[in-house]
Amino acid sequence: MKTSYRIFITLTLISILSGGLLSALNNVTEPRIKQHRVRALKAAISEVLPAYDYYEEISKGPVTLYVGKKKPDGETVGIATRLIGSGFQGKISIMVGIKPDFKQLSGFKVLEQVETPGLGTKIVVDPSNKDNPFWFPEQFKGLTFLPAITVIKNIKPSKPAEVQAISGATISSKAVVSILNSQLPEIQTIYKAKVR
Amino acid sequence: MARKKNTLTYEVLKGIWDENPVMVSLLGLCPTLAVTNSAMNGLTMSMATGFVLLCSSLIISLLRNLIPAQVRIASYIVIIATFVTVVDRFLAAFDPVSSRALGPYIPLIVVNCIILGRQEAFSAKNNPGRSLLDSFGMTLGFAAVLVILGGIRELLGSGTIFSVQILGDWFNPWMIMILPPGAFFTLGILIALVNLINEKGAKR
Repeated sequence: MKTSYRIFITLTLISILSGGLLSALNNVTEPRIKQHRVRALKAAISEVLPAYDYYEEISKGPVTLYVGKKKPDGETVGIATRLIGSGFQGKISIMVGIKPDFKQLSGFKVLEQVETPGLGTKIVVDPSNKDNPFWFPEQFKGLTFLPAITVIKNIKPSKPAEVQAISGATISSKAVVSILNSQLPEIQTIYKAKVR
Repeated sequence: MARKKNTLTYEVLKGIWDENPVMVSLLGLCPTLAVTNSAMNGLTMSMATGFVLLCSSLIISLLRNLIPAQVRIASYIVIIATFVTVVDRFLAAFDPVSSRALGPYIPLIVVNCIILGRQEAFSAKNNPGRSLLDSFGMTLGFAAVLVILGGIRELLGSGTIFSVQILGDWFNPWMIMILPPGAFFTLGILIALVNLINEKGAKR
């Protein structure tokens, strides 16, 4: 009987102290963590959109569109959004900028990925290409995505909707393109429904 | 490496060589293998683990006579998990770059056997001073292994150490070194070396 009381009291006390400490810490860290998240989001948006003065958010379910606008008349310069899909090993998350005509991309940035280091990670940066380490993501700037983006191997793209695959990481290259192809139409639907 | 046991210096030094948590006890292999693709990641990881180890050892050796034996493991885990959460939130708030690089391995410090092992084997039986020294030594030993392992893998896998370029353009990085197999190769060779040195020492 006595031991069970002791067990009860010890565990209760330890848990209360632990909870108290953690909630106090959370008060300090939570605003900063949120701030980092917002800053990272804003940095990614301004990287994929042309210069804008402010942006408006359109949300539908899990999808959020960031519509970049210019002062003073609120002209739309582009729409940014986060797309998530399967890569070679895990999820790839991409921030993509779309021109207002919904035919071309204005920018592309991989936010999170767990592709194979040295191969699939070239979707972010390719250190082996000394002249232009960002050749893969830069292909998406100004890329026409209608009716669909196609992946070609070993030759330079000649048509407006073509992207050259990374040699040794065809699956990662195709994964990125298929995320865009499968999700961009839905983004357009959401945007058109909310704006008009 | 025979040193006088049970002196205060020995409590610190044993963690570095004689009872090195990774090289001799083979504990904490998950973070050792997973995060050592660069020297910096190894260092951040061992600092985070060290903080949790020192704080938990202090609290647990202070409470060692109050915690009933039946629930000691549960109590240890709550205390360890508390400090792990502190480190995780702190890194996310003040060093988001490291926090992203180490990803889920920071929360996984909870299940690092070095920490629970030291509580059970040492802090539960010794006073706070000795427990702190023991934890400090273990932290140094753990950090040494992680930084050396991370340094070797980073040097061969990216040509850099702590992101400083060491090997020139002529060097073609061995990609495998920063992939999981590189961790196993390097750790295996390091453990073999340590055993070789210990064997030679014992013969003398």
